[in-house]
Amino acid sequence: MTTTLTPPEARAGKGAEPPAASTRRRDLLRRLGPFGFLSPTLVLLIILMVTPIVMVIGYSLMDRVITAPESNFVGFENYGEVLTDPVFMVAVRNTVFFAGASVIAHFVIGMGFALMLNSPMLGHRTKAIFRTVYILPWLFTIAIVAVLWRMLLSPNGIVNYLTETFGLSSGTVEWLSDPSLALPAVTFINIWSGYPFFMVSLLAGLQGISKDLYEAALIDRAGPVKQFFHVTIPQLKPIIISMALLDFIWTTQQFALIWMTTGGGPINRTEMLSTYTYKLAFATYDFSVASAAAVIVLVLSMILAYLYVRHQKARD
Amino acid sequence: MSATTVDAAGVPTREQVVRRHKAKKAALIAALVVCAAFPAAPIVWMLSSSFKTNGEIFAYPPRLVTSNFSFDAYVAILTDPEKLRFFFNSYLIAGAVTVLTLAVAVLAAYAFSRFEFPGKRLINVVVISVQAVPPITLLIPYFGLVVALGLYNTYPGLILTYMVFTLPYAIIMMTGYFNTLPRELDEAVKVDGGRPITALFRVLLPISVPGMVSVGVYTFMIAWNEYLFALTLTRTNDMRTVPIGIQLLMGQHAYEWNQMMAMSVLGSIPVLVLFLFFQRYFIGGMSAGAVKA
Repeated sequence: MTTTLTPPEARAGKGAEPPAASTRRRDLLRRLGPFGFLSPTLVLLIILMVTPIVMVIGYSLMDRVITAPESNFVGFENYGEVLTDPVFMVAVRNTVFFAGASVIAHFVIGMGFALMLNSPMLGHRTKAIFRTVYILPWLFTIAIVAVLWRMLLSPNGIVNYLTETFGLSSGTVEWLSDPSLALPAVTFINIWSGYPFFMVSLLAGLQGISKDLYEAALIDRAGPVKQFFHVTIPQLKPIIISMALLDFIWTTQQFALIWMTTGGGPINRTEMLSTYTYKLAFATYDFSVASAAAVIVLVLSMILAYLYVRHQKARD
Repeated sequence: MSATTVDAAGVPTREQVVRRHKAKKAALIAALVVCAAFPAAPIVWMLSSSFKTNGEIFAYPPRLVTSNFSFDAYVAILTDPEKLRFFFNSYLIAGAVTVLTLAVAVLAAYAFSRFEFPGKRLINVVVISVQAVPPITLLIPYFGLVVALGLYNTYPGLILTYMVFTLPYAIIMMTGYFNTLPRELDEAVKVDGGRPITALFRVLLPISVPGMVSVGVYTFMIAWNEYLFALTLTRTNDMRTVPIGIQLLMGQHAYEWNQMMAMSVLGSIPVLVLFLFFQRYFIGGMSAGAVKA
């Protein structure tokens, strides 16, 4: 079968060339070959990754970039401005709360649903139907999630109607504009939209755990709770750590959800590193200071990414 | 609990075991149905609101189906050329990003999967770490670059920048897929004097359709959902995509909630359809990120 797939010109060329030159050319081709396949990727990585990062670091060390025709080198002045800005510190705190609470809730909810969906009592069809329903929030674009929850959480919305009917609140609650509720509210929306990602990975992990481990646990008379903590959790630990790190990295970068629900308000109560940097650049047009903030965000993300890559390598 | 250690009265009959199993199963299904309200109720409400008149959206008490059930909001969206343009832009950009990403990623994945070369580990680490670079960090230099290259407010500007998100995933997923295919297949072509590219196009690609579908679906979804770059790198309404279009609806002086919900439903259909058709690949792709990156 493979012989018929070989193009005739390749076979003709093989015999026509003198063996020495052919070997040398072949050798060179073999060594350069992989780079031929990689060249589009490398070009794109240079244009889309290396150049912009060099540029943003450059911008962060100069003043009045992009907006003025000439700019001067100012050293770390822009970094000083960002790090001494009280709003920046608020943004760091909010981002850590937002991402930390989201990751923990994604894990707890994702695990609960994955355990239910993994039950051997469910038929194949039933399982597939419920799994689809439970994945739904993840399939909606974040811009749509934001608009939907603005409607649900609006003062006259369905959430207020339900909480009032069940006596949980009185009067109209301004979920997204009350300073003490806005951050928990956007975090809740993010929990709703993001848990399926965790759930699907945990479900795949659960299916990979050997039945023998549970049988051994049964012989040791371990109940469901003991089995969960002594078999399930240790077996899933690598997946849980990977997912938690990835989820934390991505959640700290969330922009659209905040921008479309609260815009960082009220009075910076939901300001995140992403919205803070965006406003510096595209609301106040201070691209130099914004670049310094962007580089700080990059460094923080790279530290997390380093932990992730190291953890992945340890698993292999 | 073996029968010998328990007295006769304590041994459950077969009938009791079956009954207990049925009760457990019923309890599990009941729990699944109750919990399904968490993901599903907001979506049901979105759907229901898209069929209401704007005045009924916040009516007291709220009703799932109102007497004025109508498709008016959908008609309003689908007959407005400006809004149709948002959809056209989103399909065009997401489609182009998917095709280009697949083309570039297949070549790179082939190199990663089948060759040893200097710098392989380094390039691999770069590709993985690119996924963690915050979009907000890239946005400022992209803005400068895109304006300088004359790509501001154009399709190529968005298509090119979106590839920074889609390419790393696509390469990692595609490499993983190629690694599952036996090397003997392409080795045989090379033994016959065929070039590596022949092995890729004649042998590997035809049997990699499932892997490419998985990568393609995922890429399309990332491009369809993108918000930050679309917001910043375009200016005029004829270049806006669906996520920005929905936001524009929200910025208008009077909130047309029913139209916003109708547009949300319409804007969710492509990804939902892809998911229903390619669920298997989708889930494989989702968990590939974590189970084996």
